[in-house]
Amino acid sequence: MPWNKSITLKLILVFTLSSALIFTVLIGYNYYRSSLLLEKGLEGEARNLAFSLVHRVETELAAIGKVTEGLARTLEVAEYSESELLALMRGTLVNNPEIYGTVIAFEPYAFKKSLRFYDPYFYRENGEIRFIESDQSYNYLLKDWYQIARETEKADWSEPYFDDGGEEALMATYTVPFYMGEGAARRVGGIVASDVDIRYLIELVSSVKVLKSGYAAIISRNGMIIAHPQQDLILNENIFSIAEEYNDQELRELGRKMIRGESDFTLYANMPGGRSWVYYAPLGSTGWTLAVTFPEAELFAELNQMSLAMSGMGLAGVMLLTIAVVIMARSITRPLCHLVKATNALAKGNFDLELPTVNSDDEVGVLTRDFQEMKVSLLQYIHDLTETTAAKERIQSELKVATDIQTSLLPRIFPPFPDRVEFSIHASMDPAKEVGGDFFDFFFIDQHRLCFLIADVSDKGVPAALYMMVAKTLLKTEAQRLGTPAEILTRVNEILAADNESCMFVTVFFAILDTRNGEVHYANAGHNSPLLASKGQGFEYLTIKAGFVLGPMPGSTYENEKITMRPGDVFFLYTDGVTEAKNQESALFGEQRLLATLQGDPQASLSELIHTVRAEVVKHANGAPQSDDVTMLAVRFNQVEGQAKIAPTVL
Amino acid sequence: MPTISRKHTARQWSGAWLLALFLGVIGLIFSGSAYADENVLKKASLFPLWSPQAQFAGYYVALDKGLYARHGLEMTIISGGPERSPVESLQKGEADFAVLWLVDALQQRAGGGKLINVAQLVQRSSTMLVARKSSGIRTPADLAGRKVGVWEGVLGIPARIFLNNYHLQVKEIPQSYTVNLFLRGGVEVVSAMWYNEYHTLMLSGLDSDELNVFALHDYGVDLPEDGLYTLAETLRQDPELVAAFVRASLEGWDYAFTHPDEAIDIVLKYMREAKVPANRIHQRWMLARMEELIKHKNSPRSFGRLAQSDYEAVGEVLRKHGLLPVVPPYQVFVGETDAVE
Repeated sequence: MPWNKSITLKLILVFTLSSALIFTVLIGYNYYRSSLLLEKGLEGEARNLAFSLVHRVETELAAIGKVTEGLARTLEVAEYSESELLALMRGTLVNNPEIYGTVIAFEPYAFKKSLRFYDPYFYRENGEIRFIESDQSYNYLLKDWYQIARETEKADWSEPYFDDGGEEALMATYTVPFYMGEGAARRVGGIVASDVDIRYLIELVSSVKVLKSGYAAIISRNGMIIAHPQQDLILNENIFSIAEEYNDQELRELGRKMIRGESDFTLYANMPGGRSWVYYAPLGSTGWTLAVTFPEAELFAELNQMSLAMSGMGLAGVMLLTIAVVIMARSITRPLCHLVKATNALAKGNFDLELPTVNSDDEVGVLTRDFQEMKVSLLQYIHDLTETTAAKERIQSELKVATDIQTSLLPRIFPPFPDRVEFSIHASMDPAKEVGGDFFDFFFIDQHRLCFLIADVSDKGVPAALYMMVAKTLLKTEAQRLGTPAEILTRVNEILAADNESCMFVTVFFAILDTRNGEVHYANAGHNSPLLASKGQGFEYLTIKAGFVLGPMPGSTYENEKITMRPGDVFFLYTDGVTEAKNQESALFGEQRLLATLQGDPQASLSELIHTVRAEVVKHANGAPQSDDVTMLAVRFNQVEGQAKIAPTVL
Repeated sequence: MPTISRKHTARQWSGAWLLALFLGVIGLIFSGSAYADENVLKKASLFPLWSPQAQFAGYYVALDKGLYARHGLEMTIISGGPERSPVESLQKGEADFAVLWLVDALQQRAGGGKLINVAQLVQRSSTMLVARKSSGIRTPADLAGRKVGVWEGVLGIPARIFLNNYHLQVKEIPQSYTVNLFLRGGVEVVSAMWYNEYHTLMLSGLDSDELNVFALHDYGVDLPEDGLYTLAETLRQDPELVAAFVRASLEGWDYAFTHPDEAIDIVLKYMREAKVPANRIHQRWMLARMEELIKHKNSPRSFGRLAQSDYEAVGEVLRKHGLLPVVPPYQVFVGETDAVE
């Protein structure tokens, strides 16, 4: 995966994606909350606008209503003569300039028994008040303004209408029934009606603008459009006819709610300008409905614009951030890349390479300086190691010389005494380290007596080797001078113990074979018991006195013991390097196994015998490192000195 | 006026009418306007029952599309209205032709007016009584004692016959030419023309399922309504003029039914000229209803013709209800003979 291989790519991905996500969430949330706020705000505004318009219209019309009602009530309290009535009407019109015309229409024959119709009418024209006398040919009884008030006996506003008096005046009439007679005879005497030119109210409402294309409108109780910015709709179109034209049931329902006098703020989908908010409320006493509407899209236009701008800014911000991340990542990874190249070379062993110079104190700087220090340390280490290795090699070569010397000290030519047929002798020593602490020796102390010994110095290595040198020399020297093995060991112990500050010691089995009769005198200083193969009976461990090791303390004494070897008997001496050889599981080779190995072929020559044991020990170790020197010595007594010569056994 | 000569003329006219109709159709197909060009246009005028609306679409279309001119007529349509009577206009000679209800023409005839039915458009009664369901009026019997808006004069005759048939005593309120009294609760039942006031109720926010409608023809009151009339004198003097007028008018209707949108545009134009509120939807409804009323499928009723059986049935109903002393002979009424008064 490429993003797994580049820090820059990873950083870009993480920063860009997360910041884009943050921007998206922020803008989305902002849009959502703002749209809610806008809706609320605009609902309030629409309400307020509608309320103020309603109030304005209502104030005007309510005043006219009051005057008209007042006139009707006046008619009820007294009977008026024709001149008084006309004066009253004229006065009303003079005092109320907002009223266009006033008529008092009586029920048939109610004003005068001779008159079927009586409906004097005062109205304004060019600032003057004019009067139209009652005309018997004009039947007002069937006029809506008269009949509705007459039949419902309620004061009410008419549907607005165009005045046919030439001018395009949009009029509405307020009608109030008045009563005549008392008690049971009380009945409707006629209707007082005031005409009002509502053009300026309509213009007021029609000119309202909400947002860009929102507007206000008034519909009558029949759903007729009374006020609308589109003049040609007024009194021609009807909310229900529009609904029918577009087969729009939703609009029809809206219209029905409006003419029922309900009030609501609602969304209407099929407005020509797109889905629109509509606030509608009844226009007080008129029963008409005022509606304020504006397209939803306009409400959100600014918000959409703002959100778009914010998105743009967000995008630019993300891009800037990306660029910044790239630059930043480069500034981090460039020295890192140099460092990686350098450390690669370093890893391949090129310590001479110069690391890039870094001036900053940031992590990369620290890392580079650390690498620099590591390089120096490594160089130092390698230098030290080279010196140490040289020193070690010197010691090694010296040890090799020591090994050679030690090897040369031990008898290594077999058979050592080819002219002596009375016995055979063979030995071997394999040191665990370059130099060992084990040793063996054999030599004649006179014409007939052969000394042979095996020894094991405590510890290994150079100190053991040095100690062994001393012990071997002492043993040989003292053997030449003294008689019995016990005396020799006692004497050597005294010498060794005298200056033994390192508390080293050595175990020794020391024997002297008399070739004239096969007698063997021996003494033991803490060494393992040797094995003896008597003719025909095989090997067995010799029971001997243990004796104390040579070296640690003066005053030790040793006892002489004696056995007599018959021709064919074999003495087998060994150090604990044989019996205590360990395999991988730390199991010891053991005395039983040594015995068994020796029993395997008692007739074998001594060299074969020693080789067989050595091979068995190696087999047992099975690759485990040799922990101690392995030393063996075997002596076979062939014949008494001077007897008929027997051919020596092959070594 | 000499009776014989009138009779003679009427016979001649009858033959001429059929011939002219035949020739007119042929002429229309083959020669287009050539026919009209050869003649000097004769002046003629029509007085419809009411101010311009789709109820008279055929005439306005015929005028606007030049059909009258093609038939040699320089036609004027006088704007009617609530304040003017078509019968008076005919008799005063202000108009040569008028749109009248059959019932009206019959009564006028009985009153001595020499009216001739030259064409019958609306073949059945379109009058209805409408009540709000909420008023609890479901059957004719429920109308008893209710305030019922009934038109005055001839337009109220179908409703009164209906109420008489059911022997209903109602508070009859003279109805104006709006339905506002009903909408404001001044009456519980309103008279309505199917093609006009009924739809006005719909356009005032009332749903049809809120209303109970008594369509009078469903209740056995089936009076053909709009027809074209002229004075017997006019027919006698210029039968060709009458024939041309009738042909052009029927063609006008035919054109209006096949081109309803154009016809409504034309009607709206005349409505605006007459300064009456013009609502396209309402006019569309009206034209569609007029088509149903005029193109009555049931034999023997046919396009533009007053069936004798219908005529006699109406005469009988009117006579029975005391609205007509004698029923004039069908042939006389449709101008096929000027025999005996």
